[in-house]
Amino acid sequence: MSFELETAVHPEKLKRVAIEPVSRVEGHGKVTILLDENDQVHQVRLHIVEFRGFEKFIQGRPYWEVPVMVQRLCGICPVSHHLAASKALDMIVGAKLTPTAEKLRRLMHAGQMLQSHALHFFHLSSPDLMFGFGSDAAQRNVVGIISAFPEVAKKGVLLRKYGQEVIRHTAGKRVHGTGSVPGGVNKSLSVDERDQLLKDIYQMVAWSREAVQIIRGLFEKNLEEYNAFGRFPANSMSLVRADGAMDLYHGGLRARDAAGKVIFDHHNYEHYWEVISEDVKPWSYMKFPFMKALGPDDGWYRVGPLARVSNCDFIPTPLADKAREEFLAFDAGRAAGATLGYHWARMIEMLHAAETIKDLLHDEDILGTDLMAKGERAQRGVGVIEAPRGTLIHHYRVNEDDQIIRANLIVSTTHNNQPMNEAIRQVARQYLNGKKLTEGLLNHIEVAIRCFDPCLSCATHALGQMPLEVELIDAEGGCVDRLVKNQLAASSAD
Amino acid sequence: MNAPILIFGWGNPSRGDDAVGPLLVERIDALNFPGVECLTDFQLQVEHALDLKGRQRVLFIDASVEAATPFTVTPLIADKDASFTSHAMSPQAILHAFTQLEGCPPPPCWMLAVRGESFELGEQLSSSAELHLKAALQWVQRWLDA
Repeated sequence: MSFELETAVHPEKLKRVAIEPVSRVEGHGKVTILLDENDQVHQVRLHIVEFRGFEKFIQGRPYWEVPVMVQRLCGICPVSHHLAASKALDMIVGAKLTPTAEKLRRLMHAGQMLQSHALHFFHLSSPDLMFGFGSDAAQRNVVGIISAFPEVAKKGVLLRKYGQEVIRHTAGKRVHGTGSVPGGVNKSLSVDERDQLLKDIYQMVAWSREAVQIIRGLFEKNLEEYNAFGRFPANSMSLVRADGAMDLYHGGLRARDAAGKVIFDHHNYEHYWEVISEDVKPWSYMKFPFMKALGPDDGWYRVGPLARVSNCDFIPTPLADKAREEFLAFDAGRAAGATLGYHWARMIEMLHAAETIKDLLHDEDILGTDLMAKGERAQRGVGVIEAPRGTLIHHYRVNEDDQIIRANLIVSTTHNNQPMNEAIRQVARQYLNGKKLTEGLLNHIEVAIRCFDPCLSCATHALGQMPLEVELIDAEGGCVDRLVKNQLAASSAD
Repeated sequence: MNAPILIFGWGNPSRGDDAVGPLLVERIDALNFPGVECLTDFQLQVEHALDLKGRQRVLFIDASVEAATPFTVTPLIADKDASFTSHAMSPQAILHAFTQLEGCPPPPCWMLAVRGESFELGEQLSSSAELHLKAALQWVQRWLDA
């Protein structure tokens, strides 16, 4: 089946606009839009080149190297891969974690959530939100934010910095940390380190509350536009704790349909393939995951902050839970179904992460020294966490010589493949139809994609940066105009 | 209190010559120069502007296919360039962010771009990049002694 605006009836008669790659997302992707001579939109597609090199890269390596190696998959969310791999390898070594080890991992994860959400909101999305989707591109960037809203920008930088300090103290290093290992962690938290983090955590909680109010205020100010922008009904999936609470580190899989009805609940993620599968389409290298119970046409789903906040029964920290209730009640619940609601949900999660850090720093177990556990060796391990962008699945098979013989990674951005395509088709229909395309109009497409905070580096399993190119191609395939929007001077693959 | 000199290298250790930045910083760190802090990361981000606070001078190190062989050194000037629209920022943009955030000019900064050839996932450092790295290390030692 083809979705509306997925495939044009006569593409050969249409002109093609390519946004390549999408900026302010990690890695690279490309959006193609086919227009007729009256600038009516006939086809919109987000293309992401999925490269499975990383799975091959780790095949043959000893399993205990994997939690460190997988961090090299992505410069944006290395901790998510570090922890998902560690959880999978806990199964391989048969470990049930000690309380201290689990809490240190949860602390590391909350630090990652805080810094990732802060970067995305304050520096990648706030330019669109605070200046307007079609505003002057010269101002619509983080420098414009620093100039126009210096206090907001500075809080964003310091929130991010704080999250990275949490990671440094738990992972052992600022980058390429080794803290989490199969069976536990290899570094305890000292009293000095705990006290350093405690010193600033109340400020981080306060700033996170302010951030929730910033996005709420933007919704109130632009109510109709924000609720309608790229809106579409969708299923959702996330981990939840046994009591239904949001749990970003561990839980069972829960899925709901667009009306909130539960499709499956508390499904053991060690058997994720029983409930989800992946579809392929001839025009895309990236797969399209779906729930088996509904099939590929109806079973696609969104993951990430919006899915998690609306999927759980409550958030187990008080300020974030209150913020969640307000979000779900806002405008009779319409914001919770809006694509731009991702930003609001993301800030609620940032607040939850800050509260979680505060609680863990006050928990005496966090200073414990019983760090490792082991049990009966297994050959298959599955680790699932809720990464900043959504559900992240790591699945490994290990042979008797302790080598990885098979790896499969399903990343958040892949889960969100169909939702991102739906969002940009809605936006194209709402904003582009019949209009002469400008940079500001095309940025609306990117705004929709950025709601999901896609990490194309993870999705493609390859690191890379490319400039943004917009090409206008006529019906004969000739390039009539070309704009290079972002040319990075750096030439390395960083 | 920050050390007066910062050396900051970035790159992905698992992508061939992209490892030059972090590897070179690692080797400098092993020499234990007094008053020098060595930091690495995958890529430059806006919060790295805060790492420039309180420094007397800063050296950024990255691999480059555009640098002369074995390396190129250039002074850096704060610049609001297009890298602000990406997850990864240029060092010039980091300096600009510092100016905006701190309300004062950044410390004197240089860019050491070490020539790299191949950046494929899973590759080791190429033999030519290894030679360039050694030459760059000698230059950094002189720079630190100056």
